[in-house]
Amino acid sequence: MPETPLTLWASLPEPLVTVLVILFKITLILVPLLLSVAYLTLAERKIIGWIQVRMGPNRVGFFGVAKGWAQPIADLVKMLMKEFIWPRKANRFLFVLAPIIALTAAVGAWAVIPFDDGLVLADVNAGLLYILAITSLGVYGIIIAGWASNSKYALLGAMRSAAQIIAYEIAMGFALVGVLLAAGSLNLREIVLAQQGGVIDWFWLPLFPLFVIYFISGVAETNRAPFDVAEGESEIVAGFHVEYSGMGFAVFFLAEYAAMILIAALTALMFLGGWYSPFPDTATETPMIGVLLGPGIHWLVLKTAFFLFLYLWFRATFPRYRYDQIMRLGWKVFIPVTIVWLLVVAVAVMGEVPPWFNHPL
Amino acid sequence: MYYRIRHYVKSFSLWELLKGLNLTGHYLFAEKFTVRYPEEKAPQSPRFRGQHALRRYPDGEERCIACKLCEAVCPALAITIESGVREDGSRRTTRYDIDLVKCIFCGFCQEACPVDAIVESPIYEYFGNQRDDLLMTKERLLAVGETWQKKIDGNLAQDSKYR
Repeated sequence: MPETPLTLWASLPEPLVTVLVILFKITLILVPLLLSVAYLTLAERKIIGWIQVRMGPNRVGFFGVAKGWAQPIADLVKMLMKEFIWPRKANRFLFVLAPIIALTAAVGAWAVIPFDDGLVLADVNAGLLYILAITSLGVYGIIIAGWASNSKYALLGAMRSAAQIIAYEIAMGFALVGVLLAAGSLNLREIVLAQQGGVIDWFWLPLFPLFVIYFISGVAETNRAPFDVAEGESEIVAGFHVEYSGMGFAVFFLAEYAAMILIAALTALMFLGGWYSPFPDTATETPMIGVLLGPGIHWLVLKTAFFLFLYLWFRATFPRYRYDQIMRLGWKVFIPVTIVWLLVVAVAVMGEVPPWFNHPL
Repeated sequence: MYYRIRHYVKSFSLWELLKGLNLTGHYLFAEKFTVRYPEEKAPQSPRFRGQHALRRYPDGEERCIACKLCEAVCPALAITIESGVREDGSRRTTRYDIDLVKCIFCGFCQEACPVDAIVESPIYEYFGNQRDDLLMTKERLLAVGETWQKKIDGNLAQDSKYR
């Protein structure tokens, strides 16, 4: 009997089909994500280069267009061919485990990110909690890497990063509580739906301090400049990943950039209205590009790209914080400010202040 | 009190940070300084001190008279000279080696030379696969001087006004 792929598909047992569909969806999310990570590294080198009045990578490339575009591919090949070096007396199991944990944490959180209304892998009701839990796991990758490397610098970097991430996690959590108060839901899709409308309807306006604090904490959370004391090239070489080479290092790199994209996407979802268009009324009236002006995944991508650009801009602008200043900023500034603003938000929600809180939750 | 309030307003509005971002943001669109090296080259001064060369007089006679001033002045001890009497009775070098591995390209040899024999040419694109490739013998130095004669003479003429 000649079996077409379709009949073969239909003959598969139900649970297997579900698993296959989920795996397919995961690939659909992961492949663009990893591609964006690859090209984010190029964008970073280019943009920082431009800000420093240089050109950035402009050599690798074929087909004769825009030299430099193949730089991530060249980097990947280089990483793959490099030797993986085991430090003496390193804990081999944990040494391998650490980058895997870091990457898992950075990639796992994407499961609950809604890309459009209904376009989400897992429409979890406690999505926000899940995000907080998973992103906090990332610190384990760093601590374990620092510990398993059996190196002073790595351990110092890991300790710094642990303290820093714990401090900023709290400010970040409080900022998310503000969002949760305003939206009345932990489900990321419903949080976006609560921001329906144009630019002024989004949560960045009523929650402005929380918005700023969330993004800054996000920068600190991903150990990016100016909060990159965990790496601190000029002080502790490369911090927690000094001892990693080849693919181990590449995986840490991937995790860092995936986490950056995640934070940028979350900021866009929770404060900038996710997939909503800034011009909701002109959308249907304008011919031709009306579809583009309407809500859609491209708006989420654009907003995410904007925050990613901010990341790179910050890195090119600010010098690294001193360690005690980081702690001061986290504990003595961000946390009090978020708590105060939580009160303000709570009062605003109770008073049903238009245009954000006048619709029933 | 006023300064305190101003300080609070300034730090909570992230004023200084925004100023910094504004500055770097302008440079994002500034014209870039990068020289795309093999295709473009940076301008070169006539005083550029590159690989060495030994010069000859226009009639083909080599300039060097083996006075060994360059050997004496060389701070890196990169020059080795042995002298002898040629058939016509003139004093000449039998050996003139410059070890480019030792050389620091200070230009003292060029300054010390009373007959402008040893000069540093504008060549900066050279390399060696082995140690020996960077040991310039008399023959090689003379050869460099011959191939680059025009350029070297031009540079010396340009610079002569200032000496």
